Amino acid sequence: MTPTPSQTVGPFFGFALPFPDDSDAAAGPALRIEGQLLDGAGEPVPDGLLEVWSGDQFARCRTDSEGAFHFTVTKPPRESIPKDEAPHLKVTVFARGLLRQLATRMYFPDEEAANTRDRILNRVEPERRRTLIAERVAPVLHFDVRLQGDRETVFFDL
Amino acid sequence: MLRAPRRPLVSVPDEWFHRIPGPVFGRIPVQPSDADLTRQHQGEPLGERIIVTGRVLDSDGIPVRHTLVEVWQANAAGRYVDPSDDHPAPLDPNFTGAGRCLTDGDGRYRFTTVKPGAYPWANHPNAWRPCHIHFSVFGPELGSRLVTQMYFPGDPLLRFDPILQSVPDQRGRDLLIAAFDLDITEPAWALGYRWDIVLRGRDATPRERPA
Repeated sequence: MTPTPSQTVGPFFGFALPFPDDSDAAAGPALRIEGQLLDGAGEPVPDGLLEVWSGDQFARCRTDSEGAFHFTVTKPPRESIPKDEAPHLKVTVFARGLLRQLATRMYFPDEEAANTRDRILNRVEPERRRTLIAERVAPVLHFDVRLQGDRETVFFDL
Repeated sequence: MLRAPRRPLVSVPDEWFHRIPGPVFGRIPVQPSDADLTRQHQGEPLGERIIVTGRVLDSDGIPVRHTLVEVWQANAAGRYVDPSDDHPAPLDPNFTGAGRCLTDGDGRYRFTTVKPGAYPWANHPNAWRPCHIHFSVFGPELGSRLVTQMYFPGDPLLRFDPILQSVPDQRGRDLLIAAFDLDITEPAWALGYRWDIVLRGRDATPRERPA
């Protein structure tokens, strides 16, 4: 059967899709991730929605007027990840102006060896891999999502 | 609008990405009453009361059971509760316009609501969105996650709407338009619309396959 086409999330989902504690999925030691959703001019996207998940953790965050989002998660344990992949979060981006959601991944900066072996990162041109790896900005991890531009985030064909 | 990525999407084998389990939505609260948008306040909302129901299927036609369906919409006057909506049409104190439900064992969802109104937007001169309800559906796999919009049959605005027309072929656009259905219509109560949703990918439930 032909799949139902996707349509943009539009600008008015903010009263419907957020839910209490939606950005906090931590099931153990909590790690805070902060970032900004940016367009091709480097301007914040103030009406975006991000979802992250890994295993049984799922979180959702609407961007604020600065395009900022944040999540609290527990770093996925290695045994929950396929053996040829490094620990990561799956990230989905929705926004007005996108006909369909975008799919990307956030990897962890303290997993250099595992990241080097990760089968998905290895499908990406080496110079673009760093768009998928968060930066440690103690005490949080920083992960920006750039929809266009020189440092456009790598998105996967879904 | 500088939002759609310019670089090609990176392909990975389906099994590595599309076919991995999708997000677990269990933390999103769903009450049975969330499926009736006409009973979320003290009084009843103004507008034409409608029932919107259908099945969520995978691309093999197998029902997607117990998955989360979220909806949001404008009120009958074409105004969203969302504070960023500045269309000068009245808010309805008895209508929020957000609902949730889980599909049943046949993949069926069902909402009671009021028909949303059309509203103007600044996309082009005299631009009006046709009446529509936004849908968000999870499904079993990463690749099955779907956010889309459902339209009403016979709406004269459909052919002018750049959002619906962003679907390049008529057949695809037709998949976004519900069917009026007298069998769903409740006599002397609410008009009925049927709209099935087909998600990408196969059901994650293992099935026997021919040897």
